[in-house]
Order: sequence, then C-alpha cells, then structure tokens
Amino acid sequence: MPLWWPLLLAALLFAIGVYGVLARRNAVLVLMGVELMLNAVNLNLVAFDAYFRDVLHAGQTFALFTIVIAAAEIGLALAIVLMVFRTHGHVEVDRLRSLADESAHTPAPEAAAPGAAAGREANR
Amino acid sequence: MVPALFVLLGVVAVASALLVVTTRHLVHAALWLVVTLGAIAGCFLLLAAEFVAWVQVLIYVGAVVVLLLFALMLTRAPTGPQPDLTARRAAPAAIVAGLVGVLLAVTVVAGFRDVRLDLPGGEGAAGQGGSAVGSATATGEAVFTTWVLPFEVLSVLLLAALVGAIVLSRRGDGGLDRLDGPGGLDRLDRPGRLDRPRGLDRLDGPGGLDRLDRPGGLDRPGGLDRLEHPGGS
Repeated sequence: MPLWWPLLLAALLFAIGVYGVLARRNAVLVLMGVELMLNAVNLNLVAFDAYFRDVLHAGQTFALFTIVIAAAEIGLALAIVLMVFRTHGHVEVDRLRSLADESAHTPAPEAAAPGAAAGREANR
Repeated sequence: MVPALFVLLGVVAVASALLVVTTRHLVHAALWLVVTLGAIAGCFLLLAAEFVAWVQVLIYVGAVVVLLLFALMLTRAPTGPQPDLTARRAAPAAIVAGLVGVLLAVTVVAGFRDVRLDLPGGEGAAGQGGSAVGSATATGEAVFTTWVLPFEVLSVLLLAALVGAIVLSRRGDGGLDRLDGPGGLDRLDRPGRLDRPRGLDRLDGPGGLDRLDRPGGLDRPGGLDRLEHPGGS
C-alpha cells in the first residue's frame, strides 16, 4: 500500500473539517468539524508510525494523546456551549458578536430571538 | 486485501464526513460522525494500530459523540431539517477548504509518491515471541516508559479541563437551576412559551436569573409559579 493513501485521506478529512468549522452556524456542528480535523491528524500520526516502525511508538502514543486532548476539549466546549445557550438563548456562532455579557446591562439584547424561536418551533 | 479494504474505508470516511458538514439535520450530523469515526478506527486497525483503534471506538464513538448529542439536546436542537444550518459565507468557506485540501493533497502526494508502506502487523509477525506492533502490550510499554512524563502532564491537563467544565456549568453563577430545577424542562417545552414576545427576556433579562438564584427562591412553595406569572401568586 502506498504511503500517500492514508496521507491523502487525512488531507481530505482535514479539508472537510475546515469547511465544517468555517461554514456551519451551530456551535455543536463547528465542534464536529474540529473533531474531523483532529482525526485527520491522528491518521497522519498512525500512518507515519507504521511507516517508520518507530521503536518508541511515538506516532501511536501521540495519537492517543491527541484523543485525550480532544476529549478534554469537547468537555470544556460542551460547558461553554451550554453557558452560551443559557445567556443568549441560541448557539449560532455568527450571531455571537460581543465578548461581554451585554444582557447584564441592556434590558432586551435578543431582538431576533422570538422570530428565530418561532421558526424553530414551526420546523419541529 | 488490505489496500482494497483501506480504500473502501477511506471512501466511507470521506463520504460520511461530507455528510457531517452538509446535512440539514442536526442529529444526523452526529450520527454520520459516528460512521466517519468508525471508518477511521478501521483504518487504524489496518495500519497496525490496534490499541489506538479500540481507544478511538471507546472514546470518540462512545464518549465524544454522546457528549455532542448531549450538547445538541441540551441546547434544544430541533429534530427536523433546518434550512439555515450553513451560513451565508458557505461559498468562501468551501473555497478556503478546497484550497487547503488541494494544497495538502498535492504536497503529500508529491512528497511521498514512491514510498511504500509495508505494514508491520502482517501475517505471522505477531507470533514471534515479542509483542506485536500496536498491541496493548507494546503501546502500554511505550506510554509508561518513554512517554510517562507527557502522560502525567496530560493527566493534569485532563484534571484542569474537568475543573474548568465544572466551574463553567456549576449552579449559582447564572442558572443551570433553570433547567435542573423542578419543572424546569417542562416550562421550556410548553407550547407558546418561546413564541411569546419577550418570553426569553424574562429569563435572560436583568433580574431574571437572579430571581432564580435568590436563596429560597425555588424551594419555597409556589416559587415556580411566581416565575411563570410574575407579580401573581
């Protein structure tokens, strides 16, 4: 098997993950794109481990470490997504434009929330 | 046999990954992600990384996807098709992603075109006394001898992530109470609850969450009714 097969697969998965991160609006779907990119990196690591036959097994060990980091990242990201949902009522990343908690100062920060919620209810 | 299987798994992985980033159903995206991760685990198996493959199945398919589904459901993701899941900037995103993919693919194919990958875990290699490449024995020895310091650092990182997740989502700093309290989810699912104008404001507006966090606010009888009809009861 040529070495470039797994490398090409990893490159394609990484590109798909980049598209997911850039184009999706829902924060959870953005996280799925990040997971795809991390998996592409894992595939590269494992492929080069098999190619070099490393006696230290660096590739597979680093793949395991990447999986652990991805698990930590997804746990933190879930907490952040839930907090954003609590404070804003939605998790659409292109509507999250301010870094501060404006709902503490202005009475009605969600001008578009009833319409969006109504659309969501209609689609249910 | 192995190359054919690898091509098959690769096609499955790429196709389901494309569905992950293009489907209009939120939950379907998570389920297609399961297919992608499973196919990648199969690729790990073919690349003589058996332990990594099973860890991938356990942690990614078992834990990460379940966490993503939890996130989808806790943010009240609708189950029907959503027309606006992709932003208006999808075309530039596709251009950027295509450029990234073409650049990476051309680079790796040009750089490693003539390199053959002789898989070490072939037939009979495992039975020669020493542990096979990629088995739990070999990987465990590597992790706990050579890479033991990064392993410990990584455990501290996991601990920090756990503490951070708990701090971000603990009660009292802005209202998991709303969803966890008695009747919390029912109140949110009641029809018309969100359609009413300024329905969200009552919870998100000033004093909305504080009312819930006030000591005794939820414990007192009739506490929830006061929230449903402010001023009444």
